Amino acid sequence: MSKPVILAENISKQYQLGEMEPYVALRDVIAKSLNPKKWFTNKESHRETFWALKDINFSIEKGEVIGLIGSNGAGKSTLLKVLSRITSPTTGKITLRGRVASLLEVGTGFHPELTGRENVFLNGAVLGMTKREISKKFDEIVEFAEVEKFLDTPVKRYSSGMRVRLAFAVAAHLEPEILLVDEVLAVGDTQFQKKCLGKMDEVTKEDGRTIIFVSHNMGAIQSLCKSCVVLNQGKIVTIADTDKAVQEYLRLTNSQESGTGPFDTKIKNFTIEQIRLSQMQYSKPLITELLVTNNTDKELNNIRVGIQIFNSQLARIMTVTAKIDAIPKGKHKLEISAEDTNLPPGNYSISLGLGLLDTGIFYRPQLLFFEMQPTSVIDPFIVSRRDVLGSCPPTDYKITQLS
Amino acid sequence: MKETIILPKRSWLRIDFREMLQYKDLFYFLALRDVKVRYKQTAIGILWAFFVPIISMVIFTVFFGNLAQIDSSGAPYPIFVYVGLVFWLFFSQALSSASGSLVSDQEMIKKIYFPRLILPSSTVIVAFIDFLIASSILCAMMFYYQFVPKPISLFLIPILILITYFTSLGMGLFLSAVNVKYRDVRYIIPFFIQMLLFLTPVIYPAKIAGEKYQWILNLNPMSGVIENARAIIIGNTPINLESLAMSIGISILLFIVGLFYFRKTEQKFADVV
Repeated sequence: MSKPVILAENISKQYQLGEMEPYVALRDVIAKSLNPKKWFTNKESHRETFWALKDINFSIEKGEVIGLIGSNGAGKSTLLKVLSRITSPTTGKITLRGRVASLLEVGTGFHPELTGRENVFLNGAVLGMTKREISKKFDEIVEFAEVEKFLDTPVKRYSSGMRVRLAFAVAAHLEPEILLVDEVLAVGDTQFQKKCLGKMDEVTKEDGRTIIFVSHNMGAIQSLCKSCVVLNQGKIVTIADTDKAVQEYLRLTNSQESGTGPFDTKIKNFTIEQIRLSQMQYSKPLITELLVTNNTDKELNNIRVGIQIFNSQLARIMTVTAKIDAIPKGKHKLEISAEDTNLPPGNYSISLGLGLLDTGIFYRPQLLFFEMQPTSVIDPFIVSRRDVLGSCPPTDYKITQLS
Repeated sequence: MKETIILPKRSWLRIDFREMLQYKDLFYFLALRDVKVRYKQTAIGILWAFFVPIISMVIFTVFFGNLAQIDSSGAPYPIFVYVGLVFWLFFSQALSSASGSLVSDQEMIKKIYFPRLILPSSTVIVAFIDFLIASSILCAMMFYYQFVPKPISLFLIPILILITYFTSLGMGLFLSAVNVKYRDVRYIIPFFIQMLLFLTPVIYPAKIAGEKYQWILNLNPMSGVIENARAIIIGNTPINLESLAMSIGISILLFIVGLFYFRKTEQKFADVV
């Protein structure tokens, strides 16, 4: 068996909170050194520290595409920064076999005054390409970015979309053995995102390149990565197949009780106290409970409620809407029941929106995560197929003897 | 296959020259960027590179040459001060741009890895190009005043350039690394350079300090550079090997100290900047 391409042993990264301040003024240091009383007190030891990463161990084989998922602040970006040598780990050892390129941001080093052409070369060099490599791929890059006409225009005159396209085109033509990609696909329009994902997919399959890919887009993670590392608060929670890891990630996010308010709406003194789901069972109506308080001086009419339901790949698969004729003054419980959702067992999340006639007064994405349970009398066929991603209506059949 | 090992601490001495070589194109493109961007959106563009030394020379000639009657060892004061200015401007410009280089490209430092040494060292190239432009005027002046440089200059001038390069880079490496943590450097630099101008024999001859105290002046490597540049180009004074040797020694020392401090703090740049 060949040696792993990336081997991380006991990686930890500690930050001193003081270090994250914008800067230290020399004045303070001089003032301190002039005060003999302070000579013997060590200021460093009083600083608060925290571990952005703690005891990270993993190894990745050649050609693997690994997703790195976790909620904000879990340490994903720090891990990428350590792997790409932007910052050094506090403890541990990493062995990388092959040329490494990292893409933590598209267009690093782009200079607004330079033309598109000049920036392609500059950015390529920043990413570690040689002049010859860039020249060789120049036409391909320009074609991919679709900016032929504006090559000799300074980048500051570009639209933001054009800039992103050009920057990503350069990055997409990198040819390292190991590629570390942060959430760079969050920018740019959907069509271009798809093109980039396609390009990455193509590149890995052809050349057996090793990729670590950070994203909050579970769809992208699931289509690109075979397995994932789930991080939470600087530690590895699990390393597993993508489907399992995504479930784990959703479970983690789920436990963070995001459904408890109160949430303010755009109408003064009208608040949503809580959102809760009850009866999350396959083939039974899905009931959403909203606790709302109307402290305005009149009853509210024509409130529209929209509940968007997302599957575990964070793709929207269903929208439940209701029109509430009147919400009188005071505190109320609102139950919205959706018949025949036919959501098979699995993990889901919802986004909630409220509107008054045509105007939106409240919207919160990914407000709540929940798990659909199988009913006791469930068709065992459905339980076994947890990867069903849309609705899965219960079926009936009839068999008739014809002769 | 290339194998990279990342450890918490790197030895400052182990500079990865193979890696530096791999990134030589980045060095080139960064220098090219600085050259191209420097005079973008200015009305007179590259002419600035001519104006700054010429105007400085005119002002210095009027005030120090004509009004204050400063001794220029028998040479016409304009060419005397200009030789000093050409090297001085190279030094001061290289120093100030190298010192600010890490902070002005902090976004790159935070987002991507490359040998950090490339940033300050590439900015010095821009100063060198301005030096070449300013030197072309010097050639014109030599023609006008009919000075023929000694043949030895072909050999010595590059040494003087190297001393200036390593002095400004050494100090620039140190100050750029300090600047990452203490932004005070940004305010100190212009002041520091102004002070240094008076401690360097740009507007006056090196012998002004008297034989007894000449060595103090020579602690400043630019002093030996300018004194000997005048000896070579104007030829009214002898080449001072003692001050040249001291300049070489001190510039190497400054470079090593700067490099040491830079390498020592380099790993924390992305966390601190």
